[in-house]
Amino acid sequence: MNTKKKMGMLQRRKMVGWFFLIPGVALILALSFYPAIRALITSFKTGTGVNMTWCGLSNYIRIFQDKVFLQSIKNCFFYLIIQVPVMLIMGMVLATLLNNPKLRCKGLFRTAIFLPCATSLVAYAIIFRSLFATDGFINMLLVKIGILENGYNFLAHPTSAKIVIIIALIWRWTGYNMVFYLAGLQNIEYSVYEAAKIDGANPFQIFFKITVPLLKPTILMTAIMSTNGTLQLFDESVNLTQGGPANASITMSHYIFNKAFQGVPNFGYTSAMSFIILIMVAVLALVQMKVGEQRD
Amino acid sequence: MKRKVLAVLLSAAMAFSMTACGGGASGGESSKEASTQENANELTVWAWDKAFNIYSIEEAEKIYQKENPDFDLNVVEVSWEDMQTQLSTILSSGDYSQLPDILLMQDFAYQKYAMTYQDLFTDLTDSGIDFSQFSEGKLKTSVVDGKNYGVPFDNGTEVAAYRIDLLEQAGYTVDDLTDIDWDKFIEIGKDVLDKTGYSLFSTQAKSSDIIMQMVQSAGGSIWKEDGTPNFVGNKVLEKSMDVYKELFDTGVMTTANSWDEYIATFTSGKALGAINGCWILASVESAEDTAGNWRVTNMPSLPGIEGATNYSNQGGATWAITTNCKNVEMAEDFFAKTFAGSTELYDTILPGAGALSTWIPAGESEVYSEPQEFYGGQPVFELITEYASKTPAFDVGVYFTEANDALAVAATNICSGADVESELKNAEDTVSFNMGN
Repeated sequence: MNTKKKMGMLQRRKMVGWFFLIPGVALILALSFYPAIRALITSFKTGTGVNMTWCGLSNYIRIFQDKVFLQSIKNCFFYLIIQVPVMLIMGMVLATLLNNPKLRCKGLFRTAIFLPCATSLVAYAIIFRSLFATDGFINMLLVKIGILENGYNFLAHPTSAKIVIIIALIWRWTGYNMVFYLAGLQNIEYSVYEAAKIDGANPFQIFFKITVPLLKPTILMTAIMSTNGTLQLFDESVNLTQGGPANASITMSHYIFNKAFQGVPNFGYTSAMSFIILIMVAVLALVQMKVGEQRD
Repeated sequence: MKRKVLAVLLSAAMAFSMTACGGGASGGESSKEASTQENANELTVWAWDKAFNIYSIEEAEKIYQKENPDFDLNVVEVSWEDMQTQLSTILSSGDYSQLPDILLMQDFAYQKYAMTYQDLFTDLTDSGIDFSQFSEGKLKTSVVDGKNYGVPFDNGTEVAAYRIDLLEQAGYTVDDLTDIDWDKFIEIGKDVLDKTGYSLFSTQAKSSDIIMQMVQSAGGSIWKEDGTPNFVGNKVLEKSMDVYKELFDTGVMTTANSWDEYIATFTSGKALGAINGCWILASVESAEDTAGNWRVTNMPSLPGIEGATNYSNQGGATWAITTNCKNVEMAEDFFAKTFAGSTELYDTILPGAGALSTWIPAGESEVYSEPQEFYGGQPVFELITEYASKTPAFDVGVYFTEANDALAVAATNICSGADVESELKNAEDTVSFNMGN
């Protein structure tokens, strides 16, 4: 009797647990999964506006003939390959520095470095745009110092426009990743470092032989998050460079938005492009997880 | 046990409150529907500029109310970007009940919406509105297959405004820049740039508006008869690109990366003039410290092109009655008696908002010939009305946004040294690609 009642209690508890999950699950199903499935269905149709007809896989084939979309994929990977490693390494170095127990005003530094990611995406993109304008602050500074003779139009040249976006991204997101590393560092026993110091390891050896390996789960997570975020980059491209010059800095999401809401809408084609991004993110995350596992 | 009861109660309360929210919303909607059914004389309007088009339709409402005291407008401010997103969402969902009764539409997007969503606009051909009294070039944007789908509103006639105090330093007057072609313009521009350090005008790098304006001024078209892009081998377009590149290379024209930068170039920056649709004058006038130093004239014409003029058009908007309008007759009557029939309205909104009409009888009003102090006493509105009557018609087409983007890319590449012919070929391919499914 007694055991039977306990089982019943356990089951009832589980039931309550499921009950609490229902609202959240229902919202995710209705607001995220259902639209995603509808988008998948739409991606097999074509036409302008509401006049849609089935077209099989032709939208997906069309993507690989779309020069602007291919350009936007290239741009996104350019951002990814340069920005993500730089940002993660900087985040890690900053976290290690701020984790030093002898450092004073830690709270102040942490807040200062984290603060950028509390700013609005649109606001900071517009501020960067005016900073790097031809008569903006950066150009004024460079002219005053004597590096440049006249203002350089950063946003009108393909390479410099991309670099401005990367600088903006690093400014915005380094602090965010640093917080994860700081949390990860709390889980590393200080005695490990002490032992290493007694054994005569220099700071570089400590960083690469102790900090990095022990932070691996955090590094993996931040890498996946940053990859995901970079491939879906939107606000910076729209507000900072407006995709220009000549689509040299346009991102995939920005191009999809343009195709869906600016020109003549073809929601079938734009849905197909969104699913290409999904596939890319999934594949890259899988690769990163596999690589992370192998080293364990 | 107590705690569990509490938890169940709380979650039940939560679930209830959620359903209550849903119920509340639907309840609100039905009550709203009921109230609108009661008041069939209240029409909802979407427009985007409080100081300009919203002000204008509210003035029109006041005039119409004199005869129809029951009439009421509920004007909602919706920015153009938001309106596009909302329209796309509503229209693709197929549930048109969320559409307003009347909306304002950018001219360059009119054909796109009329063709893509063929049941969005109400056919106004037999509505009693006299369309023959609108200028032909303007009317063309809202006509599909010979049927009228809109009531033209403001005028986007091209103007060129220059700072004469700076021109004088280089020894020129505004007359030297009137009725000239781009070759002469560049010649003067180089001299002015040498002597004063100022460019003659500026443009926004992201768009190809100025190129479109040149094409229109010469009576050219970016579309073939069958609606496919007409870029390769288009003499007018090629010449416009050449002129654009030369303007860029010589520094006679400067480029800005964004809209606010563009405005700043002529209000406080490196350009002494602006060439754009006449609505740009509102921005010019924001530079109050330069009042009295500005003069308005026409734009340069394309050299070596037969039929080239000094007149063009940029922007402007048109009113539309949607198919969701609950009282089409009243809406039609409202437009027939205001925007298409009231000189009183145009006499109010011209000085009030600078809204220049495309309704020809309004141009005869005395308000138009009043001298404007900001432009040293020039009767600017009269001038613009005169330019408007000489502006060649231009077919924006359904895929105008795509064409504009593609030509902007081509222009940027041409300025950095690419070949005109191959870039126009690329642009044509891009637009053709976007037009295919």
